[in-house]
Amino acid sequence: MVVMKMKFPFEKRVKLAQGLWLLSWSATVAGAMTFSLGCILKTELLRRAEVMDNSDIHIVPNTLMIVGLASLGINYFASKICQDALDAGRFPRWKTFLKPYFAVSCFFTVLMLLAVIMSYAMKGSLESSLKAGLRNGIRFYKDTDTPGRCFQKQNIDRLQMEFQCCGNNDFRDWFEVQWISNRYLDFSSKDVKDRIKSNVDGRYLVDGVPFSCCNPSSPRPCIQYQLTNNSAHYNYEYQTEELNIYLLGCREALVHYYMGLMNTIGAGVLSVFLLQGSVLVSLRFLQTSMEAVAGKENTEIETEGYLLEKGVQETIKEYLDPVLKFLLLTNQVEEGTPAAAPATT
Amino acid sequence: MVLLKMKFTQQRRVRLAQGLWLLSWLAVMCGTFIFCLGLYLKTELLRRAEVMDNTEIHVVPNILIMVGLASIGTNWVASRVCQDSLDASRFPRWKVLLLAWFATAALLCCLLIAVVVLSYALQGRLEESLKVGLRNGIRFYKDTDVPGRCFQKETIDRLQMEFRCCGNNNFKDWFEVQWVSNRYLDFTSKDVKDRIRSNVDGRYLLDGVPFSCCNPASPRPCLQYRLTDNSAHFSYDYQSEELNVYSRGCRQALIDYYMDLMNSTGPGVLSVILIQMSVLLSLRYLQTSVEAAMALENPEDDSEGYLLEKDVKSTLEDLKAKALTMLKFGQVDSEASPESADAEKGADNTAEKAASPSPAS
Repeated sequence: MVVMKMKFPFEKRVKLAQGLWLLSWSATVAGAMTFSLGCILKTELLRRAEVMDNSDIHIVPNTLMIVGLASLGINYFASKICQDALDAGRFPRWKTFLKPYFAVSCFFTVLMLLAVIMSYAMKGSLESSLKAGLRNGIRFYKDTDTPGRCFQKQNIDRLQMEFQCCGNNDFRDWFEVQWISNRYLDFSSKDVKDRIKSNVDGRYLVDGVPFSCCNPSSPRPCIQYQLTNNSAHYNYEYQTEELNIYLLGCREALVHYYMGLMNTIGAGVLSVFLLQGSVLVSLRFLQTSMEAVAGKENTEIETEGYLLEKGVQETIKEYLDPVLKFLLLTNQVEEGTPAAAPATT
Repeated sequence: MVLLKMKFTQQRRVRLAQGLWLLSWLAVMCGTFIFCLGLYLKTELLRRAEVMDNTEIHVVPNILIMVGLASIGTNWVASRVCQDSLDASRFPRWKVLLLAWFATAALLCCLLIAVVVLSYALQGRLEESLKVGLRNGIRFYKDTDVPGRCFQKETIDRLQMEFRCCGNNNFKDWFEVQWVSNRYLDFTSKDVKDRIRSNVDGRYLLDGVPFSCCNPASPRPCLQYRLTDNSAHFSYDYQSEELNVYSRGCRQALIDYYMDLMNSTGPGVLSVILIQMSVLLSLRYLQTSVEAAMALENPEDDSEGYLLEKDVKSTLEDLKAKALTMLKFGQVDSEASPESADAEKGADNTAEKAASPSPAS
């Protein structure tokens, strides 16, 4: 049972070959674009690598880069094949090449689609990575004298200023850690001693935030310290104050930013996927219609082109059989040898 | 005495025309580049327009934009001329236009040189403009409830954060103005009353700076208030503290930024001037050699091309005389007539007679 049979007169074959040549060159450009989109995404993820705990999300840009490079090769060969397609003398040399070519191309095209699906599916992983990374960043904010952590303060400050956010979930995360280093605390003062005694771990906790949480849009000079104390500041109410510091948490801001980036890239990659798919389908039709012409004297007859000779399931079985046989054969040799050994002795 | 005479065989003329065609399209691209450069510079200046007092510096990008557009047109005309130059029937129609073309091209080169000179010369004016603009911005920082000034605070804050600077000359400018609005001051408290009484104008002055002056690179959480009081903070020395707030003034930061921008465009503009000059000289050679060839019996013979028919001094005097006669066309009174009669007597008695009204005398 043939899948999608279509009649192809000579004129139509010529038009198909020409159209396919143009299509494959635009698909090459699209492949290059996919590669560069992957590079952009990777660069953006690496810029904020210090606030990410793991690099699981990097699989998305890595896949995009691999697929982009592969599609350059796939489309180059597609253009070469359709240039030779109408020449009866040169087309047969591609015969043995075409079966593995289609298998590899379909694999990479499906991989492109998988990359887009992954970029949505990995949102949760990205979020938990950012949660852990930001929590560490806030904890080590004060350790500007510890090697390996001395830039955490600057990173977190610049992050909060650039993304207009404060803390992990919100600004209250700063109330729960000591973000002022002991080097700058006067341990002889009463206030410091009280605060340190007020909790089990002996940490200096304040109800204040760093300056990078301050919102420039506020009509009032920034209030950083004693945020929960209404009487500490004139004409100030903690509950209704909205513009003083950023209310958005940095985790949400970063997830929002990266999801926006991946949505835009995903839309572009989907259109590249459609383009690549149409190149492969057209090439298959061209191949099958030209194969019917081979060996005939009159090359201008009308032929039939199809997508798959047998049904979908049978074709998949046909492609997987050699692969499975190869894997099984290696197993059989391993099993066979101990049996053969006693037989020979 | 002809200036810079050169022999041109037919093949050399053809090569010159082809080379000039390519060069003029290159010059069109350069014109587009100059236009885009002018637009970019103008956008950058407009972004910070709130901290500039006057717009004198805008003359630099304005000239660049005009010159860019004009040079696109001029060089396109040059490419058309050299396309027609080897065709004897189509070349003569460009004859009239060519003098005007040369004048325009020379004017464009002069304007580009002027732009390079201006971008250095106007540095002082830019500095003055920024000084006044920033002083106003700092004075009106607290007026977030006054219409027309309510965005000064946000503008100054974002400027200080982006350019990593504080104040006008340095952070001490903030000590001299009241930057905390009266709406947020508790006038019943002793501290506020003391500070207001401590100066003639009754302003609430602090030795503190806004949060946007804070330097994220400091190892210590930012100290904003009581900066001059060493005892107010633990382990703090006002004189030796460098990283706490930005030490650079915003005027210096902005000047450095704009001067870097204009200096980096300098080499580009100079190379565009060179390309335009070479288009001008090549077209002059092409014009003179093709005109000489068309006057010969066999148009495919060798001809001579030159830059100027006479030497520089005589050419300038000729141009001056032509300009004066053109001016005298406008004067119809008898006072001009004897002078024009003298000029005609002095000129060569060639068949060409100027179409001037014959003197009554």
